[in-house]
Amino acid sequence: MPELKPAIGNAGAAMKAATGAYTPSDVSPNRRVQRRYSIRLWSVRHSRLLEWFYGRFAHVFLLLHPLWKAIGYSRAEAPVTFVEKRVKGLLFDCRMCGQCILSSTGMSCPMNCPKQLRNGPCGGVRANGNCEVEPDMPCVWVKAWEGSRNMTKGDDILNVQKPVNQSLRETSSWLRVTAEAAAMTETIKDVQA
Amino acid sequence: MIADINPHDPGAPLDPLPGHSSHGRLERVLRRGEFAVTAELNPPDSANPQEVYERAAIFDGWVDGINAVDASGANCHMSSVGICALLTRMGYAPIMQIACRDRNRIAIQGDVLGASAMGVQNILCLTGDGVQAGDQPGAKPVFDLDCMSLLSTVRTMRDEAKFLSGRKLTTPPHVFLGAAINPFAPPRDFRPYRLGKKIEAGAQFVQSQYCFDVPMFRDYMSRVRDLGFHEKCFILVGVGPLASAKTARWIRSNVPGIHIPDSVIARLEGAQDQKREGKQLCIDIINEVKEIEGVAGIHVMAYRQEEYVAEIVHESGVLKGRRPWKREANPGDSVIAERLEEIRQGKEENQQQLADLAAHKPH
Repeated sequence: MPELKPAIGNAGAAMKAATGAYTPSDVSPNRRVQRRYSIRLWSVRHSRLLEWFYGRFAHVFLLLHPLWKAIGYSRAEAPVTFVEKRVKGLLFDCRMCGQCILSSTGMSCPMNCPKQLRNGPCGGVRANGNCEVEPDMPCVWVKAWEGSRNMTKGDDILNVQKPVNQSLRETSSWLRVTAEAAAMTETIKDVQA
Repeated sequence: MIADINPHDPGAPLDPLPGHSSHGRLERVLRRGEFAVTAELNPPDSANPQEVYERAAIFDGWVDGINAVDASGANCHMSSVGICALLTRMGYAPIMQIACRDRNRIAIQGDVLGASAMGVQNILCLTGDGVQAGDQPGAKPVFDLDCMSLLSTVRTMRDEAKFLSGRKLTTPPHVFLGAAINPFAPPRDFRPYRLGKKIEAGAQFVQSQYCFDVPMFRDYMSRVRDLGFHEKCFILVGVGPLASAKTARWIRSNVPGIHIPDSVIARLEGAQDQKREGKQLCIDIINEVKEIEGVAGIHVMAYRQEEYVAEIVHESGVLKGRRPWKREANPGDSVIAERLEEIRQGKEENQQQLADLAAHKPH
């Protein structure tokens, strides 16, 4: 039988394993199973490109507003969420909090932080820039700061973010942003008319 | 000197002053521009209030505020609300720490109201260490709010008299809001801006992580001054004695977020009496940081060496002769003691005779 070796980078599980208790591989209080962060880190390195791309994409999505309206936003929700979850899941290890702030966090998803901090790094960041909880994961916020420095609107990282609305989990933030933007333009039109 | 005591009851809040958001002593000291000293109470693993009183009495007359930690390092201890409630009864000025690790926004807002009702005047908003650091790594980490949203939540409750949901409060909690800073952890470029974010979210004072690297702290402060943040909040530097070089090494590799440079460890190792040297090092650091522009006070964290706090504060001379509030026995107590002594002396009293005396002596 191969010797069970707890994965590094998981202090809680490693401590449990040290007591001799059975420890399944890749467990953590945050259900994080990723061992590699290469795609996520690529996204942060290319934050400027992704910012530009998202700008175009959001614009197209807004132009499709009549379509979404015809289908009905609630009916479009499921398929759009399906796609959004996979695309952002691949690029950012998205956690589907439903209220995306990637543009203000240097394209580094803050929900990947074990403390799910949305306003900056905690005081426990290791000297090598890795996470306190997961010692082999680069701190999400160290990366966020690096990513934000490449972006044109990188200073959005200085905005204070509201707490997460847990009732929006697993919903599409693309659709909500579009619906809000459409509603905004409509009110502006109404006011002008 | 102005005595920051409520004349009627040492445990009751002080009179409100203009421009002050709390009715507490710590805010008054800081706003008067005096160099403030706070210390951290080692929370007992016990249900005995006496242990809290004993641990607080060590700081008597040396500190302006006592931090009641909220399961620091994710280790379970008596709760910060409980400790604060006990301390306010005695007239101390506790700084209640709230960590976002263990409670969600519903519980936290309730605790803020409860604590304020118990007389707590200072609240320090923290994110909290991860559960993996503590004695119960299998616990569920909550982190519903983070330190920043916690600050703005409490500020909303205080300034707008409403919950996060918008529901009204009949009496808002009058608290002085604090936060923590760690100038010694990466990303170091971001740290001063993060302080700015905290100020924007509502922080009025901040306490820093242990400072062992003075040049690094000086660097941080110069950038903070460039951004003008030192005028918008009071910065208290975290200091503390290291018991030995071995402890320092252990802390460096096991406690997240504490930066101890090699030179400090080398200095401790070279000393005959490492404990004394650790204390001297702490005093030297205080003497260096107190001169830095923008530093409003120190926060002494002498974990398991609380008895040295008085000595450290005294020898560093940061109080400049000022005597912080000291718990004094109730003046009524001495009258009772005198009377009891009189009775014990055994002069017998004849009730009839006394009544006679009273009857013949109208006012």
